Amino acid sequence: MSSQEIPEEENLPSAQEPGHGGAVERADDPFADPGLPAHQPRIQDIDERAAKRSERVVAFLFLLSMLATVAFIASFVAFPVDKIVYIWPLGHISILNFSLGVTLGVALFCIGAGAVHWARTLMSDVEMTDERHPIAATPEVKAKVLADFAAGASESGFGRRKLIRNTMFGALAFVPLSGVVLLRDLGPLPEKKLRSTLWAKGKQLINMNTLEPLRPEDVVVGSLTFAMPEGLEEDSEEFQVEIAKAALMIVRIQPDDIKDKRELDWSHQGIVAFSKICTHVGCPISLYEQQTHHVLCPCHQSTFDLSDGARVLFGPAGHALPQLRIGVNGEGNLEALGDFEEPVGPAFWERG
Amino acid sequence: MKKLSARRRHPLAAVVVLLLALAATGGLYAAFAPADKAQADTTSQSLAIEEGKKIYSVGCASCHGVGGQGSSDGPSLVGVGAAAVDFQVGTGRMPAQQPGAQVPKKKVIYSQKEIDQLAAYVASLGAGPAQPTSEQYSPDGADIARGGDLFRTNCTQCHNFTGEGGALTHGKSAPNLDGVDPKHIYEAMQTGPQNMPSFPDTTMPEQQKKDLIAYIQAVNGADSPSPGGLNLGGLGPVSEGLFGWIFGLGACIAVAIWVAAHTAKAKKS
Ligand code: FES
Repeated sequence: MSSQEIPEEENLPSAQEPGHGGAVERADDPFADPGLPAHQPRIQDIDERAAKRSERVVAFLFLLSMLATVAFIASFVAFPVDKIVYIWPLGHISILNFSLGVTLGVALFCIGAGAVHWARTLMSDVEMTDERHPIAATPEVKAKVLADFAAGASESGFGRRKLIRNTMFGALAFVPLSGVVLLRDLGPLPEKKLRSTLWAKGKQLINMNTLEPLRPEDVVVGSLTFAMPEGLEEDSEEFQVEIAKAALMIVRIQPDDIKDKRELDWSHQGIVAFSKICTHVGCPISLYEQQTHHVLCPCHQSTFDLSDGARVLFGPAGHALPQLRIGVNGEGNLEALGDFEEPVGPAFWERG
Repeated sequence: MKKLSARRRHPLAAVVVLLLALAATGGLYAAFAPADKAQADTTSQSLAIEEGKKIYSVGCASCHGVGGQGSSDGPSLVGVGAAAVDFQVGTGRMPAQQPGAQVPKKKVIYSQKEIDQLAAYVASLGAGPAQPTSEQYSPDGADIARGGDLFRTNCTQCHNFTGEGGALTHGKSAPNLDGVDPKHIYEAMQTGPQNMPSFPDTTMPEQQKKDLIAYIQAVNGADSPSPGGLNLGGLGPVSEGLFGWIFGLGACIAVAIWVAAHTAKAKKS
């Protein structure tokens, strides 16, 4: 039926049934509030059998949830943690993970679905109206409260006894200091720890793969090697703390390709050693491109040019990667000729 | 001596001489025979080099120069070794289709025999790493856990912690290692193709390469398990979070709308 065919009067508010909320006031006003439409009963409101059926559906959903929880516990007990099975379309997947996920999902979903079905088919759905009222207090109550406050203030002598007032302010201001002092417990002050690493004059460069001292002839042009200072054991307690500062990236560049004079001086026949810690916020970086000599940081894409003093080419890093000065000792092994000249890693307040 | 010459007319002298002569011939033969075999080897080798040279002048010389000395379009191949040729041509990267940030993997256009001939020719230009034998790269007898350690130290930064690959600067990228032939992984570590740094035996010994390959196969092979299922490319929390927000939350919203759109009234309006 198109709208043209509707008889005129049916569209007028007067022709509509008056709802619960309010009656139509003036039949000739086309913009009058039509009020709420009449309440429509649900099939469960009319038919007791339908209501019973809904009840059974809700109870079934809750029961299913209980069963799923039991199945969850059962699969937790039954399946070993490392059993892998093939399940389409997920592929080779741990049966334990899969069954725990499915059973817990079913258990939670059935509770939700049961509750929604219950609310929609069985709980009362009669439209209700709550009028809003102004929430301000009456003028008498306001006046009384103000009078009480003024009386209290003058009785306490707050304005007169200045000594009490000022010491109270002092006490209130001091109490929060105790909380600030507790922050001191967050750990010892870093002191000079950020300024130096384990590298020192004469420490040999240890290859992190073989744990043997690196020799210059091991490092070929285009290769990438990681080194740590001699004497640092991988299973020692302070290993993580120390390697986080001392980690080293070793590459070899044709001496003619090194653009930075100092870098060349600090290298050994083109073998250069740079800190592996990004100067932005300290991610380990080593995405080294051997043809361009660029190193990319995976965290925020800072790019450094290892053939030009590890200068920053791009990204948020604030300064070049620190270089370690290296040479060769009497046994023909690579060794450090001192610590880094500047603190490694990100800048900090007192860095200077 | 006198004693010996005194017996030269002894009836057994002829036999002794004969025996000595036989031994000498046998010994001489034994001394020369392997030399002959080696001769045969070098001829087949030089034949392969000849054949390789022909393939080279058709397919490679335009960029790498007639004698492999390189040109403005391609680097010199002197000293890159057979392993580099086997990797680049065996994965279809070479011959390159067009210049670009990086030469991608494509369909392989030469047979393994032709690749070997090409490799023989390039290896003859200057010493470089040879093709590895299957013993060197097969994951048998490897320590997968140690391989994982090495992978995280040396490879993860570019190739992702399970070898899914990742982005580099200016359009370059580290490829996914899924389905890459162990031989090619080995050769890549040894030769450092394109912008990948090399990991020569001096800093990463053979056994460690083997361990690494075993690890890659264990975590990124055709049927390596993914205990959680649906690993979403194995890229970690970013892709997982995005999936959760879009599909998880999207499904919740869709269900809510569906529930609200279906009236429970007896008389449908
Ligand atoms: S930590 Fe390297 S760019 Fe941010």
